[in-house]
Amino acid sequence: MRVTKGFVLKTLVLTGVLIAAGLWLTRPQHLSSDALVGTVAEPRRGAIVYAAMGCASCHMAPDTEDRQQLAGGKSFTTDFGTFYAPNISTDPTFGIGGWSDIAIATAILKGTSPDGQHYYPVFPYGSYGKADRQDIADLIAYLRTLPADQTPNKPHAVSFPFSIRASLGGWKALFASPDWTVSGTLSAEQTRGRELVEALGHCGECHTPRNILGGMQRDNWLAGAAIPGSKGRTPNLRAQQLQWSANDIVAYLKTGLTPDFDSAGGEMVDVIANTRQLPDSDLEAIAAYLLIVGAE
Amino acid sequence: MQKALIVCFTVAAVSIGALAGADGHISDKQIETAVKARKAHMQLYSFHLATLGGMAKEEIPYDADTAAAAADSIAALSGISQAGYWLPGSDNASIEDTRALPAIWEDGSDVGAKAGAFVEAALLMQTAAPTGLAALQGAMGPLGTSCGGCHQNYRQSNN
Repeated sequence: MRVTKGFVLKTLVLTGVLIAAGLWLTRPQHLSSDALVGTVAEPRRGAIVYAAMGCASCHMAPDTEDRQQLAGGKSFTTDFGTFYAPNISTDPTFGIGGWSDIAIATAILKGTSPDGQHYYPVFPYGSYGKADRQDIADLIAYLRTLPADQTPNKPHAVSFPFSIRASLGGWKALFASPDWTVSGTLSAEQTRGRELVEALGHCGECHTPRNILGGMQRDNWLAGAAIPGSKGRTPNLRAQQLQWSANDIVAYLKTGLTPDFDSAGGEMVDVIANTRQLPDSDLEAIAAYLLIVGAE
Repeated sequence: MQKALIVCFTVAAVSIGALAGADGHISDKQIETAVKARKAHMQLYSFHLATLGGMAKEEIPYDADTAAAAADSIAALSGISQAGYWLPGSDNASIEDTRALPAIWEDGSDVGAKAGAFVEAALLMQTAAPTGLAALQGAMGPLGTSCGGCHQNYRQSNN
């Protein structure tokens, strides 16, 4: 076939149209302005949501123990580059104090920044996106009670092509599923456990293996995964493999002590610092949910 | 007490002269026995924690004397000198069969302060354990999580 100028031109135009259509289809999503209507924000409940979501674990300054000073700066080594947690304190310039409730909720639930950019999925909006709107309203009310901090954000060190944020729309479309992984008929306690594990606690982000593009392999849900930048693996939490009782799970999330009386290590130590703030009913709900993972 | 422990860890770094041979060399054999000793020490913590933890989880009946004996043992263990355990070159980058990370020995290591916090939690449990189940349960969280103080940054995660 002779390649004519016309053919080349048509191909280029068609490719351009396809890319534009792809970018349009995967453009950053926003919450509608009435998304939080009907919620009654309660900062005291928000403190529990804050612990369940583990906000402090990533956003508190490295080398501090103050879980309320959200200066950011902690680094995350991944296969795609090194990311730095931003300042999410109430400072209006350096933090998120100047953002509207909808802007904060959009960031958490849709992974979209106030200036309409995709966030990198190191921010676990793929999990948070399933969260109950009431929980998020409570969280935002609580965040607004925390101190301001004037630490400037550090830019991420991400290599090409991951440095093009527009490409993250495709990632979101493929992997940020709005559906629960464990579905079917659940008791009220298991349903609360699912909210805590799949959405707020974003346990799957570390405990579920990822594919080559960094999406969670949902058919291997909570089956344990390699820890980026470390020789270790996170353990398999599926009931059949874990073999812990509900009592064991609750005690572990309170004390960090396993049924063999070894202790949690690595990042899980900080997770326990969050889970131990949850009421017993929530820890029991987490256990009730974990005991059906893999059994459904 | 915390000060004592920090001192004890500092001593670990500087007392090598006393432990090393005349030429300043630490032998493989010394490293091997040190690793064995610290693992045994951890195992004893775990053994006594199982008694307290079993009661806290209400899987074994609370008994004040048994609880006191276990808590006393943990407190006593926490006061034993570990100066000879943590020899330079006994990290998991240098030898097999250990999960101790090189960060323990690196600049900025706060392993001594973390160990001090564990000692404090062990003393808290020693006071609480004989007084009743609720007090024991209350002291279990601080004690368990203080184990994580060192295991967060200074122990390799399992693979």
